[in-house]
Amino acid sequence: MIEYLRNNHVIVWQALQEHLYLALLPVLLGFVIALPLGYLAVRFPRLYHPLTNVYGILYSIPSLALFVFLPVILGTKVLSPINIVVALTIYTVALLARTVADGLRSVDAVVVQAATAMGYRRTRRLISVELPIALPVILAGLRVATVSNISLVSVGSLIGIGGLGQLFTRGFQLFYMEPILIGVILSVLLAAIADLIIVLVQRAITPWTRVA
Amino acid sequence: MITFEDVVKVYPGGSTAVDHLSMELPTGKMTVLVGPSGCGKTTSLRMINRMISPSAGRILIDGEDVTAKDEALLRRGIGYVIQHAGLFPHRTVLDNVATVPVLLGETRRAARAKALALLERVGLAEEFAKRYPAQLSGGQQQRVGVARALAADPPIMLMDEPFSAVDPVVRLQLHDEFLRLQQDLGKTIVMVTHDIDEALKLGDRVAVLREGGHLAQFGTPRDLVTNPADDFVSGFVGKDRGLRGLSFDDASALPVRPVEGLELDAAGKPRGGTFTKADSLRTVIDLVISSPTGVAVRVGPDGAPDGLVSHHDLADYLASRRP
Repeated sequence: MIEYLRNNHVIVWQALQEHLYLALLPVLLGFVIALPLGYLAVRFPRLYHPLTNVYGILYSIPSLALFVFLPVILGTKVLSPINIVVALTIYTVALLARTVADGLRSVDAVVVQAATAMGYRRTRRLISVELPIALPVILAGLRVATVSNISLVSVGSLIGIGGLGQLFTRGFQLFYMEPILIGVILSVLLAAIADLIIVLVQRAITPWTRVA
Repeated sequence: MITFEDVVKVYPGGSTAVDHLSMELPTGKMTVLVGPSGCGKTTSLRMINRMISPSAGRILIDGEDVTAKDEALLRRGIGYVIQHAGLFPHRTVLDNVATVPVLLGETRRAARAKALALLERVGLAEEFAKRYPAQLSGGQQQRVGVARALAADPPIMLMDEPFSAVDPVVRLQLHDEFLRLQQDLGKTIVMVTHDIDEALKLGDRVAVLREGGHLAQFGTPRDLVTNPADDFVSGFVGKDRGLRGLSFDDASALPVRPVEGLELDAAGKPRGGTFTKADSLRTVIDLVISSPTGVAVRVGPDGAPDGLVSHHDLADYLASRRP
């Protein structure tokens, strides 16, 4: 395995970078899109159930099917990484929009009322009271989305798109264990490290959750 | 002065929470809205800072309609304290208290300095400043709630059942602290409670509301006890109105007999309790009844006994007071 790494470190390193990029860009995009969508479901309570149902259905679409069909819908090339990014963004949005909604709904109504009575306007109240208090729930969703994206990128290699999944297909084609093992270890490590980073960030920015 | 002018609130669905309410809440005084649940007291309170808007009628603060002002700006000028305090769980005690000054545009540093001074004022040591609300007891949280409401020094404070979530011992302690604070500050306070004892103890004025949002009586605590407007008020004030009424009169006119045959305890103090002319008649009655010697001892400003009161003396005095 060391031998394989020594000879192929350029390929492995590149696969790792691609993998990170393909997994995390959708997390970022998805998070930005999910914030307003989740807020919508809270701001207009009647929309909560319809919207969360839609998010649930989106999340249940099989990933391989989405990878294959997106080029047809988007008019992109079959091998374009855009397909992966769009597909994973859809999953992230589906997961996080619901988490954002649930996080905002978890904020004690008494606290929101107190904030209003202190003289907060709606937007400032959302940014400096409701969102911070919803953070633990939202970040829990972000962890799930990040880890699941990192594992889903590997599926992309089945339709010939980069990332650590390439090492799997290469290993299968050559009946050669080393690249498969390295691919598995690296993607698990990647997911674990990404998860750990989010946990550390969460600890740093939500100190109040660790008291009493 | 806060003026309710024929205020009506009908909720969607048709239930009337407040029914043609008119009253004037005096500046610098504490007015308590009291009544059973469903009497519209909280609705009335929240219409003052426009958390709820009336269906009809107007509310004026010093002659100005509350709807004339931007609602967020109006609220920043009115302190607000609620049951369970409603503190922001993600902010330290200090930053909770600094909330309104920051909203009003003060720098964080200036707001925090102000907040620190207020914490001391409500009886919380500096060490609490860095803690989060979850680390505080209910009574401590409520003190922070009061400090937060006072932070921008608003002339008006609204308090919605501020003391009902804490245990009875702490509640009495908070009452006394609050009365002392109000004596210094002289804010115009509107407080809601369902506890008539609390209302009579804290209020300069008490508004008794009944179900359906009708004002049953508006007056001083003494008015309510000695002169209830109707059966609802007398029933609400309670069966021991007679005794309770005596808490509004002091013992200055109570005749005493000369001090003789005084029994002293081991510490050299008179047996039985002592009172001064400033204590209420109710206190004196309680002392006489519970005194092992059957007399209560009045002491002068210097603490020296200057008179005795027995059961008979009290009975005679109370009989002589009858109109």
